[in-house]
Amino acid sequence: MKMIKPYTLLPLLLLSTYTMAETQITVKAAIENRSFLQSAQYQGQHDNQLSAFIEPEIYYSWNEEQDSITFKPFYRWDDKDDERSHGDIRELMWLHVGNEWELRTGIGIVFWGQAESQHLVDVINQTDLVEALDGEDKMGQPMINLTLVKDWGNLDLFVLPGFRERTFAGLDGRLRPELEIKQSKALYESSNENHHLDYAFRWSHTLSDWDVGLSYFNGTSRDPSFVANQDGQTISLSPYYAQMEQVGVDLLLVYDEWLYKFEGIYRDLNNQNAYIATVAGFEYTNVGVFESVWDIGWLLEYQYDNNDVIKQNDEHNALMLGTRIALNDVDGTEILLGYVLDLDDSDTQTSFIEASSRINDNWKWRLDAWFISSETPSNNLYSVKQDDYVQASLEYYF
Amino acid sequence: MPLYKQLSSLVIGLSLVASPVFAQTVEEKGLEIAKERKARDLGWGDSTSQSEMILRNAQGQQTVRKMRLKSLEVANDGDKALTIFDQPRDVKGTAFLSFSHSTTPDEQWMYLPALKRVKRIASRNKSGPFMGSEFAFEDLSSFEIEKYSYKYLRDEQLEGQEVFVIESDPVDKYSGYTKQISWIDKVHYRPLKIEFYDRKSSLLKTLTFNDYKLYLDKYWRANKMSMVNNQTNKSTDFITHKLTFNTGLTDKDFNKATLKRAK
Repeated sequence: MKMIKPYTLLPLLLLSTYTMAETQITVKAAIENRSFLQSAQYQGQHDNQLSAFIEPEIYYSWNEEQDSITFKPFYRWDDKDDERSHGDIRELMWLHVGNEWELRTGIGIVFWGQAESQHLVDVINQTDLVEALDGEDKMGQPMINLTLVKDWGNLDLFVLPGFRERTFAGLDGRLRPELEIKQSKALYESSNENHHLDYAFRWSHTLSDWDVGLSYFNGTSRDPSFVANQDGQTISLSPYYAQMEQVGVDLLLVYDEWLYKFEGIYRDLNNQNAYIATVAGFEYTNVGVFESVWDIGWLLEYQYDNNDVIKQNDEHNALMLGTRIALNDVDGTEILLGYVLDLDDSDTQTSFIEASSRINDNWKWRLDAWFISSETPSNNLYSVKQDDYVQASLEYYF
Repeated sequence: MPLYKQLSSLVIGLSLVASPVFAQTVEEKGLEIAKERKARDLGWGDSTSQSEMILRNAQGQQTVRKMRLKSLEVANDGDKALTIFDQPRDVKGTAFLSFSHSTTPDEQWMYLPALKRVKRIASRNKSGPFMGSEFAFEDLSSFEIEKYSYKYLRDEQLEGQEVFVIESDPVDKYSGYTKQISWIDKVHYRPLKIEFYDRKSSLLKTLTFNDYKLYLDKYWRANKMSMVNNQTNKSTDFITHKLTFNTGLTDKDFNKATLKRAK
């Protein structure tokens, strides 16, 4: 009998690994129409914005899902605001799962925290602000993330090379201050500018009814302050990204139909100031109201910080009231209503509505509306007080 | 002999005929049946499956949900389960982790892939519908003896099988039901039918178990469970495909880290 040469086994071996591999492709895309209800506050702004985005995701796993690569690019097109037409790599991540550890290498998005009205401890990713006013859309962050999965909780260690700049509406866009913010003219405290190597860690654990998180971040602040700069006749604003250290705590307690939530941070911006900020509240869910299958959730959150830049370390207080209605129907219809009251400038208020429902397995409609009022010129929201809008979206999922 | 004495002796005589030889109460007999049902299902270890739910409204229009399930048996407590949704496509990648418990509230988390966020769910929302279906969360959590108090009602025949009919009253005040009536077959102690009674004690839903298959020579699983809402005429079929046992799942596959990377 002839001996089988080892290399003849190779195709067979490859074939067997291929059979263990798996590919999943999903696509999310939408067309959105934003109608502004009041006349524009600044020159060059429009009353209607038509926009569309696409976000495909390719997931490839092998080695019995112990290894995987996820690639999720994103592109938005906007008919009025060139600054809002933009692309990003939300995720390009290699995940390797070991025994009691996971290693993520690439670009990705990480969420930390428990509260709804404010995400204080969540500092890994930059906010893609042109996407939505609530700041919940994030940009892909380059990272190496080691997760230890232990009996004493999960410990995440992050090394974060490279920095992403926040996106801002251009002069043609609404929801902006009077002066243009030049994203491309960002200034940094660090001499390494956007190449500063940041690091962070988070320990999180579940202790029966408690979900507990403790986090630390050291590096470039994702929240800029602004510096005016003159370019000939025009004055614009440059975002300034300081170096910071932040310690964060997030807690959640489940008690019957109550969820109690708390987030607190101590942020030390080396050369400027240090401050604390907290958000605390609850969500109470009433299951099966009015003898129906509807769930109604009631949210109340109180926000506090002592970092009022304009009033120089003065305190700032706000209250958020919300209700979340889930119809629990076949179409998954959900409505969220929110109201935020600035307790220091009671003429500054924000209300929002988010509603969505499926049309069929692949299509969904969504309605978002924001109503902002302020009569205090020094308030951050004063510049967008004329920018109430209703946005209707048609979303496609595959 | 006065009439009342004749009557009372008749009543005593009847009750002697009706009681079993050893004086077992209906509560004891109900509990005994529940314990035997649980005992026959012990030791299955872990399983994975692909499932779909077919939701029908009163007019018979259908909607399909698809998901994958990973389950782990936990000795002397409720099971652990990880559910990953595949359809409808807008919830693709959403994953649900639950640790059900016999006497304390279940622990539940939901992973929302669009936000990369793990959210704890208030543990008392067990009576709410699962994915818009006629199944409530509590209908799908594991059967544990301590969750109910029992009462044996009668023997019956159901579709040619000898069955015990027992009443199970949920101990948890957050249950959506006041009672459940179960038809348990006498040979294998499998539920064949369950009626659910709402908080006003009227019949709400009827669940029937079909396509029972035997796994590992010991464990019976209904590959089709049909829930009919008797008040709205809506129904949901929960169909299990590709059920596999001994898949090597351990405790380490059921935590918030695995929830976040569930695909």
